[in-house]
Amino acid sequence: MSFEVVTPYSLDEALDALASGEKLVPLAGATDLMVYLEAGTLDPCSFLNLQELGELKPTLSVNGSVILGALTTYRDVRVSPIREQFPMLAWAAREVGALAIQSRGTWAGNIANASPAADGVPALMAYDAEIDLLSKKERRRVSLAKFYRGYKEMDRRPDELITALHLPLPQPGWVDYYRKVGTRRFQAISKTLLAGRILLDADRTVRDIRMVFASVAPYTLRAVQTEAIVRGRELTPEVIEEAAQAIQDEIHPIDDIRSTETYRRRVTSNLVRDFLSL
Amino acid sequence: MMRVSFTVNGKDHEVAAQPMKRLLDVLRDDLALTGVKEGCGEGECGACTVVMDGLLVLSCLVPVCQVEGKHITTIEGLAASGHLHTVQKAFLENGGAQCGICTPGMILSAAYYLDHPDEAQDIREALAGNQCRCTGYTRIFESIKAASS
Repeated sequence: MSFEVVTPYSLDEALDALASGEKLVPLAGATDLMVYLEAGTLDPCSFLNLQELGELKPTLSVNGSVILGALTTYRDVRVSPIREQFPMLAWAAREVGALAIQSRGTWAGNIANASPAADGVPALMAYDAEIDLLSKKERRRVSLAKFYRGYKEMDRRPDELITALHLPLPQPGWVDYYRKVGTRRFQAISKTLLAGRILLDADRTVRDIRMVFASVAPYTLRAVQTEAIVRGRELTPEVIEEAAQAIQDEIHPIDDIRSTETYRRRVTSNLVRDFLSL
Repeated sequence: MMRVSFTVNGKDHEVAAQPMKRLLDVLRDDLALTGVKEGCGEGECGACTVVMDGLLVLSCLVPVCQVEGKHITTIEGLAASGHLHTVQKAFLENGGAQCGICTPGMILSAAYYLDHPDEAQDIREALAGNQCRCTGYTRIFESIKAASS
């Protein structure tokens, strides 16, 4: 089967192509799509090659937020000064495949591929990232934490293109935590993963918290119920244990090629304990 | 079919290919550069590693439609004017190659690490994307240590 490619040279051209009604799959770093293509699991489609769109490339700090253009790669962040403000992005990027994947794979592609095992999405979600979606009709901005609705189902119409990600600059005092549990450190896909951020008062009262998990639900999961259990409370051993139990009601892990439900449940609670014992 | 122009090891090429054809296949089949190997074909093993515009990439995951105007270096281009690269010499002297399938990718990743030591914490991370099923890695790591000393 032959797959056609449309290569636009301006954003307008790209949006026109997406609005034409033809099924076009945006192609950025291709690190996921080439695997599906080779495996023969892709439905017939054409690709919209984004690599010539200069508009999607810049990574900028503007007015209290950082904007990652949709073509920003993992490596771009690892070598950029923004890793100082968003250390977890650099930690996450480091564990996406290995260097040769990181030089091609993009953060926006990680979002659009919508794998429950995505490594970049949990970190972005923990930083309250928002997504810019552009079409001929409108520009809208959606919260990443509300983007997914089911397995590979997301709040993006076929005529819309992810053009950028917005990350509000973290206030001082937040502590980041990122732990990916895989078969090996690099070039592995997670069995479970926690991207956490916490803002503590001097007496260890939780002023605010984010807990985002991969590989334990049909999509990247922000555990809002478990967050609510600890928010505003002092982090005593009892509260930590309560959170470690509460997460069990929020996750829906499965048995698959990489792990089992039992293992994922047990280790996910352990990650909660490890994070909150910081 | 589309026509794509790019350079490989400093030489200009133009090929006619299906746009989603893998760079790996273009290099091996159209340009007869068989130093680039296919291991897994799904981005896990690193045997097909090449350098594109200065960065390590897996040529099995690069569609040729994204190669227009790019500069590619394969293992064939690493030895400058007949002289082996330091890393190639070190692999030779330290028994860093056995069956040879992973070796081109290993050497390119190692050469990249020597040029960009800040991009990985150590040799293990620098070569984490390159898998070897023969040597057990020890001699590969020893070769790279020798090349960097």
